Amino acid sequence: MIPTNASTPPVVELRNIVKHFHGGVLANDQITIQLQRGEILGLLGENGAGKTTLMNILYGLLQPDAGEIFVRGQRSHFRSTHDAIAHGLGMVHQHFMLVPTFTVAENLVLGQPSPRKPFLENRKTVARRISQLSEQYGLQVDPNAEVWQLSVGQEQRVEILKTLYRGAEILILDEPTAVLTPQEVDELITILRKLAQDGRSLIFISHKLHEVMQICDRVAVLRDGRLVHTTPVQATNPAELSRMMVGRDVVLRVNKGPAKPGAVRLRLQNLQVRDDRQLLALRDVSLAVHAGEIVGIAGVEGNGQRELEEAIVGLRPVEQGQVQLNQQDVTNRPPRVLFNAGLGHVPSDRYKTALLREFSIAENLVLSRIDQPPFTQHGLLNQPAIDQNARTLIQQFDIRAPAIDTAVAKLSGGNAQKVVLARELSHQPQVLLVAQPTRGVDVGAIEYVHQALVRQRDQGMAILLISTELEEILNLSDRIIVLYEGQVMGECLASEADVQTLGLMMAGSKLATIANQQGGATK
Amino acid sequence: MSEAQSSGAPSAAQATIQRRQPRRATTIWSLLAPLLGALAGLLVGAFLIWLSGANPITAYGVMVSGAFGGTRQITETLLLIGPLLLMGLGLTVAFRGRVWNIGGEGQYYMGALAGTVVGLFFQQRLPGLALIPLMLIAGMAGGALWAGIAALLKIRFGVNEIIATLMLNYIAEYTVLYLARVPLKDPTSFLPQSAQLLSPARMPTLVGTRIHLGIALAFLLIPLIYLLLWKTPLGFRIRAIGANTTVAYHAGMNVAFGLAFALLFSGALAGLTGIIEVSALHTRLKAGISGNYGFTGILVALLGRLHPLGVLVAACFFAALAIGAQTMHSVYGLPIALAQVIQGLVVLFVLAADALARRYGK
Repeated sequence: MIPTNASTPPVVELRNIVKHFHGGVLANDQITIQLQRGEILGLLGENGAGKTTLMNILYGLLQPDAGEIFVRGQRSHFRSTHDAIAHGLGMVHQHFMLVPTFTVAENLVLGQPSPRKPFLENRKTVARRISQLSEQYGLQVDPNAEVWQLSVGQEQRVEILKTLYRGAEILILDEPTAVLTPQEVDELITILRKLAQDGRSLIFISHKLHEVMQICDRVAVLRDGRLVHTTPVQATNPAELSRMMVGRDVVLRVNKGPAKPGAVRLRLQNLQVRDDRQLLALRDVSLAVHAGEIVGIAGVEGNGQRELEEAIVGLRPVEQGQVQLNQQDVTNRPPRVLFNAGLGHVPSDRYKTALLREFSIAENLVLSRIDQPPFTQHGLLNQPAIDQNARTLIQQFDIRAPAIDTAVAKLSGGNAQKVVLARELSHQPQVLLVAQPTRGVDVGAIEYVHQALVRQRDQGMAILLISTELEEILNLSDRIIVLYEGQVMGECLASEADVQTLGLMMAGSKLATIANQQGGATK
Repeated sequence: MSEAQSSGAPSAAQATIQRRQPRRATTIWSLLAPLLGALAGLLVGAFLIWLSGANPITAYGVMVSGAFGGTRQITETLLLIGPLLLMGLGLTVAFRGRVWNIGGEGQYYMGALAGTVVGLFFQQRLPGLALIPLMLIAGMAGGALWAGIAALLKIRFGVNEIIATLMLNYIAEYTVLYLARVPLKDPTSFLPQSAQLLSPARMPTLVGTRIHLGIALAFLLIPLIYLLLWKTPLGFRIRAIGANTTVAYHAGMNVAFGLAFALLFSGALAGLTGIIEVSALHTRLKAGISGNYGFTGILVALLGRLHPLGVLVAACFFAALAIGAQTMHSVYGLPIALAQVIQGLVVLFVLAADALARRYGK
């Protein structure tokens, strides 16, 4: 390991960076941060705190309004990402920038000057360099595999490889763990440590406290565009960091009384559904959700959650089995029928299924009811009613936005999620399907969303919660069902849930088997 | 501003929420850029004119006076604005729903056919007051039905509407020409053309001019299209489908209906254009009754930013340019090819400037 010496200049220094956006948002306000050689710096903050903006400035994607960037002591000005890459920077974006139909090797040489123009670089040379880098840092991936065949975790490795292949010494990782399974997170941590030991410097953007504590050497906390604090992780703790992030203590425990379940509102019977590759994604899934309870679907990402969600809301054909809403068979019926039967949906991917990015908040809030009174009167849109609806819901759900005709694309993740939640709850559905409700949502809004769900439950709504955050499942649910490879592994009351058992179920053991083994061990 | 909001109590922050955000100065650029583009195109054109041995300033003088120089010239320009406007407005609705109707030509021919057949059949029996509306309705139905084939293929079998509408152009054109030359052929003429529409089947004109009812209809449609797209739930649905089909479907909208409506509506307006042009100008079905409006209409709609007023501006621009270029040839004696090259150059530069303004104007 290379010792960090205080007398050598930092690898990167950002001095007094300022960035304004249109509409008067001050995304970065006089931020000064240093990155030392061989260290992992955590950049922590809620959504909209200015983390991504700051990193986009460092990577040459945005130009600062004021402030200076120094790389290895040299004042640098990045007019584009090309300049940044030439200075040894590399960025792994949250959304991967890979060509799915190209192989790993092709993706790596893409945009790189070839040593034997006009031909591409020799395949074998490329493959050899990839293998070298792979072995050195434990980034196992087949150079000849086409990217579409890879898992998300592998794709991320390709992204990291891409930056290394281009000679990056300074790596920026934008929420790299958001898409990974717990095992993949562990592997990623090992890789990042090796990179740091090798003298590379890393910036790790996240809003997950425990990961920052686990991975980083130092952490910088941003709030509302300002740098609140920079500290070595040994000198701090998660509670302090979370206070600094939101400016107050966050209650992660949700206060809720016992459920009072009523009649069955949603019933799935022996559901069988295929995924996009025509493989079985759900096998024989049966469950029931009663009025006044929250049923949580736990499981590692990619075990049929997305297919379950889509099958219930009519976006994916059900091959066998039945979906019943209020005893009414709604299997394979279009969304309009489900809407009328009392189903509300807060989807896992807001921008793919629930929100029109270019449309205003007010328009998004009436999307499903635009042709009904009072929003349409005498065949024409009633703009005052649409606006009034927006004002009411914005106030009721504490949506932070400059104006009611602001495009939804300009909102932070948390506020966009509140728009979806506000719309779906304003329909007063009897059944609410909520998937990954707090993904990409800041801590303050997480609390809000959770409390809103519990409130609705207490008023008799039947809620099915799909989440890969086990903590969220444990906090919110009254009953927990574990999904593994499209099958129900077992079901338990949240009050009696045991994290050990849930973990085993999420890894593919049936509850019955676990109980037998434990029974056998005690005998 | 938002800093102040977020630091205050939520209720205080909400109280300051405004109805509309202030418009930005960038819109000025988006208006200025096409003008600068047109200027750049004309400059390059001037160089070409100079190369051919003529005086660019005189040539452009002729061009301007050719488009606007007098009553006759303005009439000619207006006669071209009419069809471009109708086409552009119809395609605006389709493109707002992200339905790429490239089949305006075919729908135009089919509208012309349906309207002309009705006209030929009833012109001895009905007065113009009854016949003209009937012909216009038939024209719209013809265009809509032709577009309906592509809509059916798209919704039922998932056939890409770009391919379907484009291919249907050829079928429509040659079907109409066949019908004009064989079953509908004018028995009194040796030319390969249909019988002629008589006065009750002709578009009424403004007394003493060639300006006809069709042009008035086209202008009347400007506010109606605006109303449709932004003030009715149907227009909202079409725009929503165009913005994101999955979201629209998931919100319970009837996507198939929205797509079909957008396609059929643009087809109906193309068909209307067809019958108006035949009834007002050509008076019969024959080769060359289409002025390529189906394709120019696409440019008009896109350059007009899919907004009725923008479409009006774009239609005026294209019409003036075409008439002006024609005059440069017929009056000043510039080769027709050169006149058309200049026309193409100006359009290209305007489109490029528009694209640049969109990219860097923000």
